[in-house]
Amino acid sequence: MTRQAPGTRAPADVLAAVPLEERLILPCLQRIQNSFGYVTDDSVDAVAGFLNVSRAEVIGVLTYYHDLRRTPPPAVAVAVCVAEACQAQGSRSLIHDIEVDFRVAVGEQSASAPIEFAKTYCLGNCALGPAVMVNGRLVGRCDIGRVRAAVAAAQESIR
Amino acid sequence: MSVRIYVPGDSAACSVGADEVAAMITELAAAGGATVEVIRNGSRGMLWLEPFVEVQTPAGRVGYGPVAPGDVASLIDAGLLEGRDHALGHGLVEEIGWLDRQHRVSFARVGLADPLDLDEYRKMGGLAGLRRAVDTPVEEVVGDILASGLRGRGGAGFPAGIKWRTVLEAEAEQKYLCCNADEGDSGTFADRMLMEGDPFTLLEGMAIAGVTVGASLGLIYVRSEYPAAIRTLRTAVDIARVDGWLGADVMGSGRPFDVRVVEGAGSYVCGEETAMLESLEGKRGMVRPKPPIPALQGLFGKPTLVHNVLTLSAVPAILADGAAAYQGLGVDRSRGTQVFQLAGNIARGGIVELAFGVSLRELVEDFGGGTRSGRPVRAVQVGGPLGAYLPESALDVSMDYEALLAADSMLGHGGVVVFDDTVDMAAQARFAMEFCAVESCGKCTPCRIGSTRGVEVIDKITAGVDRARNLVLLEELCETMTDGSLCAMGGLTPLPVRSAVTHFGEDFHRPVNGGRRQ
Repeated sequence: MTRQAPGTRAPADVLAAVPLEERLILPCLQRIQNSFGYVTDDSVDAVAGFLNVSRAEVIGVLTYYHDLRRTPPPAVAVAVCVAEACQAQGSRSLIHDIEVDFRVAVGEQSASAPIEFAKTYCLGNCALGPAVMVNGRLVGRCDIGRVRAAVAAAQESIR
Repeated sequence: MSVRIYVPGDSAACSVGADEVAAMITELAAAGGATVEVIRNGSRGMLWLEPFVEVQTPAGRVGYGPVAPGDVASLIDAGLLEGRDHALGHGLVEEIGWLDRQHRVSFARVGLADPLDLDEYRKMGGLAGLRRAVDTPVEEVVGDILASGLRGRGGAGFPAGIKWRTVLEAEAEQKYLCCNADEGDSGTFADRMLMEGDPFTLLEGMAIAGVTVGASLGLIYVRSEYPAAIRTLRTAVDIARVDGWLGADVMGSGRPFDVRVVEGAGSYVCGEETAMLESLEGKRGMVRPKPPIPALQGLFGKPTLVHNVLTLSAVPAILADGAAAYQGLGVDRSRGTQVFQLAGNIARGGIVELAFGVSLRELVEDFGGGTRSGRPVRAVQVGGPLGAYLPESALDVSMDYEALLAADSMLGHGGVVVFDDTVDMAAQARFAMEFCAVESCGKCTPCRIGSTRGVEVIDKITAGVDRARNLVLLEELCETMTDGSLCAMGGLTPLPVRSAVTHFGEDFHRPVNGGRRQ
């Protein structure tokens, strides 16, 4: 989940560095996203050309996986676990609190907002839920206070 | 003299402050003039005690937890560095009943040392299994796996030795080993904790399998939600290569086996083996019809041995200690140990590895200590999001493959999720359908369309619209999905739904303006 500043390299340069065994659609798209933060429209053409496959095949893979995105990422990405083990520990009321506190809907895409709250299904922290992940950092036993603190820490670290 | 202190580096421990605790211990010990060596070990699996700090003393390791960064000063004042008593103290870790009563085989080394310290791994008996495997004829190794009774721990429970024999006997220039680490079931985290806490055991199991069946390349497909596991595994692979037990010549045997760690991209169904193979080929994670079975035509059409993390992690012990020792554990056709994961609303959640045959009640009540909220247990979901919800009255079921099937449930990946009496089981049934709708790969109609229709029908039932007829419709829909789906995603989604209707029918008949619904 490392992200570089966009605009430093062209998609073709990123693809040229892909090792032979990873010259497949998904790993190429993952590398593009790691470099630019998201899969830009020109990267779709670049991947199709690079692998000699159709744009449709590339877009098929791109739209299949939850992690791949076609819009710039938010400064702070919060993934909120909505699966059963966290439900049993109160994730439904945590989501309600987040929506009231941050005035955003959890799980709805808001491309321009600096913080995005996405739904995720299990972060593997099922005995210490509710769990959220903030910019790749796992936070357990979450209440709204811990979410606020983790978001603030993430904003601080990117400043 | 330097005092050795263990603070887990496991993601779960870090999610409740282990990094801060480790930093605080280093800082305050230095301020007090003491020299400490802080080792970031894997987690012991007692997750309710995380961050769980251990201090090496002449008598053994003494444990404290859960330790907050703010507790460190008082712990050091009370004599943490000498292992003295404190309100957070639990005495000698070896004598903690919760751990002592377990039978750890796959998790034997997790939590004992720095997960990437290969010397420690060797000292604890590591690589003895691989040594034996490279010195033994391959037919005999496969015979050991067959004799051990080991079955697939990913959920299907297929005998591992039969898969090994099939791949061994398949003739091809290239064969593959794929380790399924796409642990997407809610309530399961054993794969993650093993990959983070003892990656060499998994790699050793893979190396044994690879050199035995003649697969020269192993791929570990790890879900992207597990970034720490991916980092740890990649470092472990590099260390093993340098040490000569991965690569072109495994332990001087002349046989090649190397490992590559592949990151998933967010897709539950990629935990299904054929969808995982598609994803490893860089495509959409769409389920393949079987036959052909992956053991004959798997990754890129080549014979492929596919196993879950926990299956492969049981292999080194089987080779090192003998098939009979492993086979001697368990009941009926469920042999060896199962790594159970206690999760959800539970007082003492974590990893409980035991021989098959323990009752669900022992897990939930004796080990788990009931609910964390202190309210009565109402439902327990066993086996992940595709597993049944069992009522309190059914907790005496034996935790083994066949007994759970007989109880209209399934073992799955060994996850146990506890709910207290505030749970709304109609909402849980709706969630099962909703989850299936979100995560369905879309290949087969019963799963793709059925799940969306399932959400709608359950919404009508809870809204009080023509309840009797819609409950019949829901049952028919479940039957269609069970019988007509291509894989377990659509085929087993009816399991939680039907079990909720069967055991908790009252939740589907509540007055419309009565209870709170979400």
